[in-house]
Amino acid sequence: MAQAAIELIGINKSFGAVRANRDINLEIARGTIHGIVGENGAGKSTLMSILYGFYQADSGEIHVGGQPASIKTPNDAIALGIGMVHQHFMLVDNFSVLENVILGAESDALLKKSIAKARSELERLEREYGLEVDPDAIIEELPVGLQQRVEILKALYRGAEILILDEPTGVLTPAEADHLFRILKQLKEQGKTVVLITHKLREIMAITDTVSVMRQGTMVATRETKKTTVGELAELMVGRRVLLRVEKGEAEAGGIKLAVKNLTVKDSRGVTVVDDVSFDLRAGEIVGIAGVAGNGQSELLEAISGIRHAVSGSVMLDGKPIDLTGAADPGELRERGLAHVPEDRHHVGLVLAFEENENSILGYHDDERYLKGPFLNIDAIRDDAKDKITKYDIRPADCRLRTANFSGGNQQKIVLAREMEQDPGVLIVGQPTRGVDVGAIEFIHKRLIAMRDQGKAVLVVSVELDEIRSLSDRILVMFAGRIVGERGPEATEGELGLLMAGVEHQEAAE
Amino acid sequence: MDLFNAIAQTLDSTIRLSVPLLLACLAGLYSERAGIFDIGLEGKMLVGAFAGAAAASVFHSAYLGLGMAILISVAFALIHGFASITHRGNQIVSGVAINFIAAGSTIILGQAWFQQGGRTPALAPAERFEAIIWPGADAVRGVPILGPIYSELISGHSVLVYLAFLMVPFTWWVLFRTRFGLRLRAVGENPAAVDTAGISVAWLRYRALICTGVLTGVAGAYLSMVQNGGFVKDMTAGKGYIALAALIFAKWKPVNAMFACLLFGFLDALAIRLQGTPLPLIGRVPVQFMQALPYVLTVILLAGFIGKAIPPRAGGVPYVKER
Amino acid sequence: MSTPYAKLPGWADYGLIPVINLFVAFVVAGFVVMLVGENPLRAAAILVEGAFGRGQGIAFTLYYATTFIFSGLSVAVAVHCGLFNIGGEGQGYIAGLGIGVVCLAFDSVLPWWLTFPLAIIAAAAMGALWALIPAYLQAKRGSHIVITTIMFNFIAASVMVYMLVDVLKPAGSMAPQTRNFLEGGQLPKLNWIIELFGAKIRSAPLNVTFLLALVMAFLVWLLIWRTKLGYEMRTYGHSPKAARYAGISETRIIIIAMLISGALAGMMALNPVMGDQHNVALDFVSGAGFVGIAVALMGRSHPVGIVLAAILFGMLYQGGAELAFEMPAISRDMIVIIQGLVILFAGALEHMFRPHIQALFASISPRTVGIEAVKGKGA
Repeated sequence: MAQAAIELIGINKSFGAVRANRDINLEIARGTIHGIVGENGAGKSTLMSILYGFYQADSGEIHVGGQPASIKTPNDAIALGIGMVHQHFMLVDNFSVLENVILGAESDALLKKSIAKARSELERLEREYGLEVDPDAIIEELPVGLQQRVEILKALYRGAEILILDEPTGVLTPAEADHLFRILKQLKEQGKTVVLITHKLREIMAITDTVSVMRQGTMVATRETKKTTVGELAELMVGRRVLLRVEKGEAEAGGIKLAVKNLTVKDSRGVTVVDDVSFDLRAGEIVGIAGVAGNGQSELLEAISGIRHAVSGSVMLDGKPIDLTGAADPGELRERGLAHVPEDRHHVGLVLAFEENENSILGYHDDERYLKGPFLNIDAIRDDAKDKITKYDIRPADCRLRTANFSGGNQQKIVLAREMEQDPGVLIVGQPTRGVDVGAIEFIHKRLIAMRDQGKAVLVVSVELDEIRSLSDRILVMFAGRIVGERGPEATEGELGLLMAGVEHQEAAE
Repeated sequence: MDLFNAIAQTLDSTIRLSVPLLLACLAGLYSERAGIFDIGLEGKMLVGAFAGAAAASVFHSAYLGLGMAILISVAFALIHGFASITHRGNQIVSGVAINFIAAGSTIILGQAWFQQGGRTPALAPAERFEAIIWPGADAVRGVPILGPIYSELISGHSVLVYLAFLMVPFTWWVLFRTRFGLRLRAVGENPAAVDTAGISVAWLRYRALICTGVLTGVAGAYLSMVQNGGFVKDMTAGKGYIALAALIFAKWKPVNAMFACLLFGFLDALAIRLQGTPLPLIGRVPVQFMQALPYVLTVILLAGFIGKAIPPRAGGVPYVKER
Repeated sequence: MSTPYAKLPGWADYGLIPVINLFVAFVVAGFVVMLVGENPLRAAAILVEGAFGRGQGIAFTLYYATTFIFSGLSVAVAVHCGLFNIGGEGQGYIAGLGIGVVCLAFDSVLPWWLTFPLAIIAAAAMGALWALIPAYLQAKRGSHIVITTIMFNFIAASVMVYMLVDVLKPAGSMAPQTRNFLEGGQLPKLNWIIELFGAKIRSAPLNVTFLLALVMAFLVWLLIWRTKLGYEMRTYGHSPKAARYAGISETRIIIIAMLISGALAGMMALNPVMGDQHNVALDFVSGAGFVGIAVALMGRSHPVGIVLAAILFGMLYQGGAELAFEMPAISRDMIVIIQGLVILFAGALEHMFRPHIQALFASISPRTVGIEAVKGKGA
């Protein structure tokens, strides 16, 4: 039995009222690749940031190599042989590879000597681990895959024995990811310990020796990879949430309201995040888009609602195209009957410093109902806000209260009330119940179904599989930017879980 | 020969006028390269000028004056750090505050201590930095062309002038050839990279601000103890802002900074020289046009019409650990 | 992001915190007074007495306050849109040119009540024009508005020197200023209002511009909180992402906000030019544009707060003059220090006291501060 490289005992960490980590226990054996899976927000990165000294745990112990360790800063972690490759690379873009590698680990006050020493050491590491990269290249001119190698080299240069990688394949092409896995295996053969944080189950199955599953800040299970299945892990990750099934009748789908064709979106780094997506949304149906967070759903929503540039493809609203150059006027789309509940209500859907009634017109402030010439019709706005407060049971029922002072669920109701009450033909909703309490979830679900029954077309994107299954008339599963399958509402959790994990269509059907 | 002498004299005053700009500009370089905007260069120069002249006249020592100029200027730089690093305040607002506190306090304290309407007493020769005459400067003065260049341009400046120009290669060396410089540039581009590499972002930025304070202190001392024989209220007269413009113009690079400051100094010297004299072909150019030129050029540069001035990426943003 | 939303009750946010900031600024200023060898409490007494003790003082206080109301409003309007217009000084200065041209052209033919509206338009237009270029460069080319507005302050200074020395100076005159305006370019004084209360005023420059300033304060309130435009400006100022989502054009809103801000800065020139000096002179703005920063910070960018803060600074300017008379060691430059300290404590160091006060409120009554947690984004 291999000795434990790292042992975490009873780790707790809260940010304000959010408990990111609850009583986490974990043991990772030396010379293994250990996977940590969980959905976004499950607390994986927080846990690893504590191990790397970026945050301090509120309570708990860390043992490294069998010895209790006090890790207060990244320096302490580095000294204990812990290295981390962050999801967003911690590189200085206009520095060379060598300069980035030595930053903070310079052997001498003068750069010349440090660089000379680093150069030979770097060449040795590159050879040993197959991590070739030109030491004099400037970071911003390197492709993402090579930038990641620099991050790994940085850690190895500092003598890392334990290497933590946070979502390392998120920005990689499949070929780059395969190369990374080969490197990780090589590291393992050399006796290093690798901790891989990811939400991609296929990677876990392909490369890890053991795997731990986190959910909502807790560690729910640890398994030997050989003895578990993708299905089991998917179930553990998503959990069996107690969710009331909302009563709903058969959908009576009408004509096509929204037609998405071959839509492709790239992010700021040029990585394809939405890949050739096509689907139709009809009047009187709810289409749910399922998928593990980070598979292109957010970008798809933003492109459809006209706030993100799409490189190719088309979106037709009631037979007329939507401007996909990123210069679309969201106000015009609203007038054409497209309402959008964004995923990020804190920064996009609401202005938290505003009074509730001010947020209840955001995006509709051009509407004549709320105006008297150039002036805001304060009475109309407040009356309207009060109506919505009653109708949607928003608490506290005070339209003058600052929005930041409402709970998450009530903030979401403010956004939903605003968008639904405009009587749009098409409603697209991102994460309808994220951070919302159980009572409000049921209310929101009922509302969405009522919309459908009035003949509206509703598109729901959610990482909550249960929510998708409960609401949708048709379920589309997104993986790696593509729609990998369509299922009816009767699809089982396991079946969808496999699709979400990127397991091929045929395999899932078996 | 008259024209040649005129040119030599103009260039000589270019050097004299460039020096405070250059010192302040290099000062700004340290803080802005570390990601801290500093529009308080003006104020720090002013307190440096006052503290220098005041200490020199009280202790009868130019070097004590210089030391005091640096000390007080660094203290003001630390206030900026306290607000913008420790308390993550708005760096612009903090800079504005420092400029006002400097402008007001130098006059009030000057009046209270010396009762000369905000001036400090005129400095005796031993209390100032005197010009250093290089060997043979007088002897070669008569030699055509090379003579005036040696005796006017190269020789006959105070030690602070030579120091200012030496600071250019020195700053370049610090920034690009030392560990401190590497880290300083890194923290201005991506503080998170510095933080995860186990280096304290705050302490690094404080050190950068101390460098800024030292140099603005020297710049102030130059104004009150070399260019002028004592402190006069508001004697920086916007030089801190011109230095800021020069810094942008130089795209935050030390050698460029020297050329930008020489250019702005030259425009200033020319404006003084040409006052009222008509130019061939163009006619009389208003002095104000020459005075406004540095600012106009900077705006044009900022607008991206001549190259692009890309500031350090993390500039102006307080560092908060993102999660 | 990390900026805490103001979660304090309104009175603490708008009343308590400014008072604490002001108090600390005055304490530090008190130390400076002690350093000079005077008694800070006596200095404060002289200051207040000088500003409000007699009708004369009150009139002067309000005269200074008039200018500061304009410059404070100018800064505040930009702040509501998330912009820092540090160019009020230059915008006000250049506006003097517009006023000068109007007055020189019409002062002999029109009565003041016809010249005044024309001058208001000219002042606003010139100020707006001077803000337009920095605004355009920020919106379209991403040039930092703080730097460009600073540059424009200096360019304005050069332009004005040139205009006053080479163009507008009457032949034969030595002083770099326009000729004095005739009656049509002189605004009536308002000192009779104070005399109604029984005070005696020898001569003080308080004039009808004060009323214009109050009207503008009201209009700014109307604009920010009661119009669609103000709503859009505030949305952009709080969250550019939310503005994008709401279909608010970034370019348009930045330019409009800066035009309004520049126009308000321009109007501050009316007070000294038409109300007091009756000519356009060199450096007539004398830092009032910068005082606006302190006034807006102190008044928390609310017109009511700005009017109060402007009166406070007017008091400092007027009282400071008296102080300089009584205590020769202390000149009016004391005010510049206080101004700097106010900017430091109310602006740059606003996060220093706020968390403690928030914690205090939270411990006394958690309800008042709202308990909504700041949600973590990813894990």
